[in-house]
Amino acid sequence: MLLAAILVLGVGTYTMRLGGVLLRERLTLSPGLQRLLPMAAAALLAALAGTATLMAGSGFAGVARPAGVAVGALLAWRRAPFVVVVVAAAGVAALLRLAGVD
Amino acid sequence: MRTIQRTQTFDRAQVRDAVAIAAAMVAVGASFGAIAIAYGLPTWVPFAMSTIVFAGGAQFLAIGLLAAGNPIAAVFAGLLLNARHVPFGLAIGSTMGTGWRRLVGTHVMTDEVVAFTLAEDDPARRRRTYWLMGITLFTSWNVGTLLGVLLGSAVGDYEALGLDAAFPAALIALILPSLRDRPTRIVALTGTAVAVIATPFLPAGLPVLCALLGLLTLIRFGRRREA
Repeated sequence: MLLAAILVLGVGTYTMRLGGVLLRERLTLSPGLQRLLPMAAAALLAALAGTATLMAGSGFAGVARPAGVAVGALLAWRRAPFVVVVVAAAGVAALLRLAGVD
Repeated sequence: MRTIQRTQTFDRAQVRDAVAIAAAMVAVGASFGAIAIAYGLPTWVPFAMSTIVFAGGAQFLAIGLLAAGNPIAAVFAGLLLNARHVPFGLAIGSTMGTGWRRLVGTHVMTDEVVAFTLAEDDPARRRRTYWLMGITLFTSWNVGTLLGVLLGSAVGDYEALGLDAAFPAALIALILPSLRDRPTRIVALTGTAVAVIATPFLPAGLPVLCALLGLLTLIRFGRRREA
């Protein structure tokens, strides 16, 4: 049962991954719709980042995580290298937790 | 001159970015492996999930439900969380190639791979980026899972390392250039607001899909442009 569940989840996930890609090949999209697709992806990625930053389960994520992400986002906006953004975000969140702020 | 310099430094910068995100993936993958073992699940379960499913969020969600003896809920919750891969696939198309490259390559499609890929404009670079990030993240996630299974609770809590802040910050850094385009920015920010507000009320996965409602803001834009 365990293996069956993992297989169904894996095959289902793979089908959705491949499905979008193949659908893109089969559809002939107008230039307007083609411009819409990267915007849709940007909206999904932004929403992933936003919900992962602010929410933990159905409640708010507290202080440390949003603060870390905010520092990372600020650095990214100032065009800091990607590595700096990632390390700074993690560092700020970790240090705040070390100081007892969660 | 500028383009020459950029092509020369491109691969080194990309590899450095890949190493940064891979290090974080190893640590989070280790947490996943350790949690699976702590739940008392058989050792093969985390490996099977990290190779066959390969989707971090869905794996964390599903492993808890599997451990609670609820495999059907695990499948449905995991699939709902992964439904965003359909619009991701629509957006990137056959970036990874065609034929066997597409069949193999689509398996390593994750949020981070999509974000890295869409951050590139040139098709050849996009393809290289997709494969570099896809293979790096698949490998590091599975190495992490192995470490977690072997070391158990000794791997510690990835939140103590602040890694729960690292992943959203990485996504923001990657999509920031695309947000310079005003309509994209309004769509993305509206979608994010909808997703955050919907999170307490909807099951995991649906709030992020609700971000697509942000596209409705374009209707207003279209009218204004025509006027």
